[in-house]
Amino acid sequence: MSLTEINVTINGKAYSEWVEPRMLLSDFIRETCGLTGTHVGCEHGVCGACTISMDGAAVRSCLIFAVQADNREIKTVEGLACNGEMTALQKNFVECHGLQCGFCTAGILMSITDFLEKNPQPSTKEIKETLSGHLCRCTGYDGIVKAVQKTVQDNQKEVLQRS
Amino acid sequence: MKPAKFDYYRPKDLPEALSLLESSGFDGKIIAGGQSLVPIMNMRLATPECLIDINGLQDLNFIESDDRVLKIGTMTRQNTVETSQLIKDQCGLVTEAVAHIGHLQTRNRGTIGGSIVHADPSAELPLVMMALNGTLHISSEDETRSVKAEDFFLTFLTTDMMPNEMLTEVHLPIWKGRVGSSFQEVARRHGDFALVAAACQLELDAHDRISDIRLALGGVEAIPLLISDAKELLAGERLTDAALQKVADVVAGSVEPESDLHASAAYRTQLAKVLTTRVVHQAYERAKGSAVCP
Repeated sequence: MSLTEINVTINGKAYSEWVEPRMLLSDFIRETCGLTGTHVGCEHGVCGACTISMDGAAVRSCLIFAVQADNREIKTVEGLACNGEMTALQKNFVECHGLQCGFCTAGILMSITDFLEKNPQPSTKEIKETLSGHLCRCTGYDGIVKAVQKTVQDNQKEVLQRS
Repeated sequence: MKPAKFDYYRPKDLPEALSLLESSGFDGKIIAGGQSLVPIMNMRLATPECLIDINGLQDLNFIESDDRVLKIGTMTRQNTVETSQLIKDQCGLVTEAVAHIGHLQTRNRGTIGGSIVHADPSAELPLVMMALNGTLHISSEDETRSVKAEDFFLTFLTTDMMPNEMLTEVHLPIWKGRVGSSFQEVARRHGDFALVAAACQLELDAHDRISDIRLALGGVEAIPLLISDAKELLAGERLTDAALQKVADVVAGSVEPESDLHASAAYRTQLAKVLTTRVVHQAYERAKGSAVCP
C-alpha cells in the first residue's frame, strides 16, 4: 500500500510525515522524528522500554502503528523536563540510583509519570506491580522503587506546603 | 521484528467497518487495542493483508446498565473497565479480573473485545465471560446475532465468529441479592498469562445456603472450563470444608491440562484444586458480608 500522511504532535511540536502503515510508532519516533530517547527492546510488548504517553496514557509504542497516532498527542521522555529543569521523578532517579545503563529508564519514567498522576499515593505493592511492566537488568529495581517512593513523599510535602 | 506489509483502513462507523471486513474476506483483520495482535504481527506469526482499525468507532466505547444486564462496548479500554464504579458495583468479578490483565501500559490500550475474541485459554476476560455466561453480540454486514459464552469459545484462539463478523458488545447478567464473587490466578510474574486462573460467583439465601453458583477455570484446557457440577454439589448447602474438598476433587478429576515450558500437567491440576478452594471460599465469605441489594 502507498504511504499515508499523518499529523502527530510530539512534545508540543507538530510533525507531518508520510509513513508506511506497517511502521511501528516506536520506529517513527526514533527514526523519522529523530527522538532517540525512546528505546526499543523486545518489540513485542514485554520489556516496556518503548513506553510513551499518548493522549495522556502510558502505552507501548512498539504495539501501535504510526498511522494510528494520526491526530494524537504524544509525549516522550524528551518532553518531561520543563525549560531544562528535570521533573521531581527524574531527579529522584539520579539521587536514588534508579538507573545504571539507562536503557529501561525512559520507559519507566513515562509509565510512572502516568501512574502517579492517576494514583498520587500508591503503596509499595502498587509501585512494584506497575514496575512489573518493565524489565531492568541492572538495578534489581531497588533504586527505582526508592526513587518512586521519594517522589511520592516529595509530592506530598509540596501539597502540604501549598495548603 | 517488523510486521509484514498490509493495507490499512480506518472506517468512520460500524457499517463501513463491516463492509470492509466483508470485502476483504479471509485477508481482513480487525485491530482494536492491538495488544495481542501487534506482537504476533511483529513476530510474523500473523500476516494479515488488510488491517481494519476500529479505534475511531467511539459508538463501541461504552459502559451501560439497565439494572438486569451490564453492557460493555467492544472498544472499551481495559483500563476504563478496571476503573468503572458501575462495573465494580454491578459485576465486581470483572473489575477483579481485569486488574490481572498484562500491565498498566497494555490495559491503557487493550480493549475488552480484543481480549475476548483473541480467546487465549489463559486469558482473564474469556474466563469471566464463561463464569458468568455472558452474551456476545456479533455483527456482519448482513446479520446481527448473539451467542452465549458457553457456545462462543471453540478451541485455542478460536471462537464461533466468521471472518466477516465482528464483536460489537458484551452483555453480562447482573446478579441481585446476597452475591459474592472471586477471581484468583497464579502466574510466574505479575502481568504474565496465568498458569491457572479461577473465577467464582455465588448467591446465598437468607440462611447462608448457596442458592446459585458459577465456577470456571482458565489455563487448564483449550477454552475456559465451566465446572457445571459445582451447583449440584453445593446448592442448598452452607459451605463446609468437606463440601469444598468435594468440589476441589471434582475439579481435579475434570481438568486435563497440558504440560509445557511453564508448568507440568500435575502442577496445573494441583493449582486448579487450590484455586477452586480459594475462590469458592472467598466468594462465599464476600456474599455473607454483602448487603442485600434491592
